[in-house]
Amino acid sequence: MDNRNWKGWLYLLPAILFLGIFMVYPLIDVLIYSFEESYNFASQTYQGVGSYNYSYVLHDPYFLQAVKNTFVLVIFTVPISTGIALLISVGLNSIKALKNLYQTIYFLPYVTNTLAVGLVFMILFKKTPYTDGLANLIISWFGVQPVDFIDGPYWAKMFVLCFYTIWVVMPFKILIFTSALASVNQDYYKAAKVDGTSRWRTFARITLPMISPTVFYLIITGFIGAFKAYSDAVALFGTNLNAAGMNTIVGYVYDMLYGSSGGYPSYASAAAIILFAIVLTITCINLLVSRKHVHYS
Amino acid sequence: MKIVLQNLTKKFPNRSKTGPKEVVAVNDFTFEIPDGKLIGLLGPSGCGKSTTLNLLCGLEKPTSGSIFFGDDDVTKVPAERRGVGFVFQNYALYPHLSVRQNIRFPLENLKGDQKLSKQEMNARAEEASKLVQLEGLMERKPSELSGGQQQRVAIARALVKTPRVLLLDEPLSNLDARLRLQTREEIRRIQRETGVTTIFVTHDQEEAMSISDMIVVMRDGVIQQIGQPQEVYDEPDNLFVAKFLGTPPINVFKGYVKGEKLFIGDEAVLDAKGVADQEVWATIRPEGFELDENGPFSCALTGVEVMGRDISVVATHPQCENVTVRAIISSRNKVAVGAQSVRFTLVPEKVFLFDPQTEERICVQ
Amino acid sequence: MKKPYDYEMVEQSALRRQKTRNAVIYSLLTVWAIMVLFPFYWMILTSVKGYGAYNSEFVPQLYTLSPTLQNYADAFTTVPLGRYFTNTIIFTVVTTAIMMVVTVLAAFAFARLNFRGKNAAFVIFLSLMMIPNELVVITNFVTITNMDLRNTFMGLILPSVTSVFYIYLLKENFAQIPDELYYAAKVDATSDFKYLWKVMIPICRPTLVTITILKVIECWNSYVWPRLITDDANYFLVSNGIQEIRENGFGRENIPAMMAAVVVISVPLVVLFLIFHKKIMEGVARGGTKG
Repeated sequence: MDNRNWKGWLYLLPAILFLGIFMVYPLIDVLIYSFEESYNFASQTYQGVGSYNYSYVLHDPYFLQAVKNTFVLVIFTVPISTGIALLISVGLNSIKALKNLYQTIYFLPYVTNTLAVGLVFMILFKKTPYTDGLANLIISWFGVQPVDFIDGPYWAKMFVLCFYTIWVVMPFKILIFTSALASVNQDYYKAAKVDGTSRWRTFARITLPMISPTVFYLIITGFIGAFKAYSDAVALFGTNLNAAGMNTIVGYVYDMLYGSSGGYPSYASAAAIILFAIVLTITCINLLVSRKHVHYS
Repeated sequence: MKIVLQNLTKKFPNRSKTGPKEVVAVNDFTFEIPDGKLIGLLGPSGCGKSTTLNLLCGLEKPTSGSIFFGDDDVTKVPAERRGVGFVFQNYALYPHLSVRQNIRFPLENLKGDQKLSKQEMNARAEEASKLVQLEGLMERKPSELSGGQQQRVAIARALVKTPRVLLLDEPLSNLDARLRLQTREEIRRIQRETGVTTIFVTHDQEEAMSISDMIVVMRDGVIQQIGQPQEVYDEPDNLFVAKFLGTPPINVFKGYVKGEKLFIGDEAVLDAKGVADQEVWATIRPEGFELDENGPFSCALTGVEVMGRDISVVATHPQCENVTVRAIISSRNKVAVGAQSVRFTLVPEKVFLFDPQTEERICVQ
Repeated sequence: MKKPYDYEMVEQSALRRQKTRNAVIYSLLTVWAIMVLFPFYWMILTSVKGYGAYNSEFVPQLYTLSPTLQNYADAFTTVPLGRYFTNTIIFTVVTTAIMMVVTVLAAFAFARLNFRGKNAAFVIFLSLMMIPNELVVITNFVTITNMDLRNTFMGLILPSVTSVFYIYLLKENFAQIPDELYYAAKVDATSDFKYLWKVMIPICRPTLVTITILKVIECWNSYVWPRLITDDANYFLVSNGIQEIRENGFGRENIPAMMAAVVVISVPLVVLFLIFHKKIMEGVARGGTKG
């Protein structure tokens, strides 16, 4: 028996080593960092222990801007993307011809490089001295004055960021919704049809409750994902997000760690922990709300 | 409500690459179901019985032919306007709704002048639940009920809108053996109490025989025989029906008729008046054997199974198509222990002859 | 007496409604399909427009009559796109390979072996799934810097290996293999390792393939960690390469060349997707998440 105990741990050893060094230890360490005041990266010394890092971060206008941007992004993209994804999936679920083709196309953005496609979006939306760009061309058909979506007013930049974020998260949501819809037993729909249930009522009273765990799952993961937005913003606005006023909380963490304003792992740690706390709170609220509205079979 | 099917046909495109382009699931059905009866559609899986049910209900459209409910031609009427109640094989109870909400669901769909007030709906739901004896379970969720209770909720939901016709798809297949007996009595009782014309589908001949007023035996989309259960059992029209009904199954022998005598092997076992000389399938119900030391029919004995009231004699015969010959005889008879063979006389009305080519019944005068 | 319905009419209006509904559904689906595909079309289109032609278009043209491959030549010669490419392949292959070994061994231990502390270890593993990457990146950055591994493949690869989720996915799959197979193998004196190699891995090949593909996608697109840990362009991966190209390469305005580079780095994954789209979508539907 002793021999077998030893063997099990041996098989686990590589995983434990990797996870221990690069996940468990950092987790503890980040907490410590966040309380060490005036940590010097070069000499690896610190002067005291306290909550100064948190207070610094919370008073940093860049951080506050990042929090504001992140919240705006979350509030717009999560409901809109979930709603559109549900709409598209319901449509997809009700057709036969070309269904697979559409499904495959819709999933394509999932495998593409966020940075690379972001560059294309930037070109589509950017206004340069040579051209107003395609997006401006389209809105000009409706009589709207051209705007620089990449270097222009805040709302325009935020719009592009939300738009691109939605474009990026849709494949996952559509895929999960379509598989949830497909797994609803067809007999429920037949029963509803025999009983003369209208389409809307069938959707509201049968389909939606049946897939409510999926809706909820996508909302939670959507919240978490949107709170951690970063590379979408980099793709559109470049690495200097603070200058563009489009930084996100995660972006702030990385900028504190490294980059032109970097070298402050303590501040980065404090910001990361604040982010984690926000995400945790929102997730808990979500869980509480869902208790009431989600049907689990 | 009387139901009439006229030349009802349903063809599906064949999905597999081999074989014909179309599969005929229901082939030219014409029959009439009298008002207020309980009818069993019986056949092996893939015989088209579920398709027939879907056609009746309106979930499928027939390729040709018509369906009448009373004098109404409902062939083109959409499912929701036909006034049918449908009980699905897996019940299709909405898992997120309580029993009451499930039963009330069809009523909430009613529109226009049929619209009901809340009180009426509740009263109707209450009434339906009483009928199926579900009082006290109304606030439960389907997952908190036993299989039999779920079945009754499904029936109540189908009955609550007082349908003209009640359709049940394999109503007993998801229940265990003990519940099955109970539930089939229950279905019989509910049908009697409401008097609604009821059609159910099953592959289990015992189930169909035990509660139906009339059974329709089907095979490969073709009706084989229609009649009262006992009638079909006693007078099967063809070899398939004879083989499909009855447990243990009928014993099938290769035989021939010569000089108005039925021969199995070398033995002339029975008179066959009015039958020309020819080869035949000779089939004998298990209860068609009587032990008789001097009987004309001998089999090699393999064993005896005592079942209390009856005993089952298991034997073999070289001309028999079944693996063993099974005879059910009263336990008053004794079979000698250690005997190598056993002799029988046959009961003429339990023996049926079929043409080996057409498999149709050959009548003995 | 109720007026009888004219069922012919009912059926026809139902048919009409059905047709309208289908038209609406297909237009909606097509609109979204265009939204998805358009950036790809634009990327390819722009990459074959000449530099001069592109810059003279004040109103962007939806097609070009004089396609050129010059931009692709530029993409490989003006900026070290080939190097970014090779770096990414090395990074992806090595990371995925190490990850697979670690994952298979751990999943095997959890699914098949019995040892003291297994359940506790598994619970700890599961709880690690909830730890966001952002929290651990900070210390990892410090660790790797202190180990002097910045701008090395080691520094890029080691922290990218761990992925608790795949261990969990594979363990669930391993656990579905009936115990009888294991006992039968034991009776035949098969060693644990041989059983893993000869029985479990072949049976679970579909899941292993899915995990591999998902990890390859993840590696190919990874940006944050490589950005932190490399500032020497010799070690840039494609994502950082793209960012570098955008900010310093080609001169800011040579957008067709930029697009050519974007096409080049997108092609491998799109091809992979077209070949394996069923597997990838199945794998993601089973609970994968992005990043």
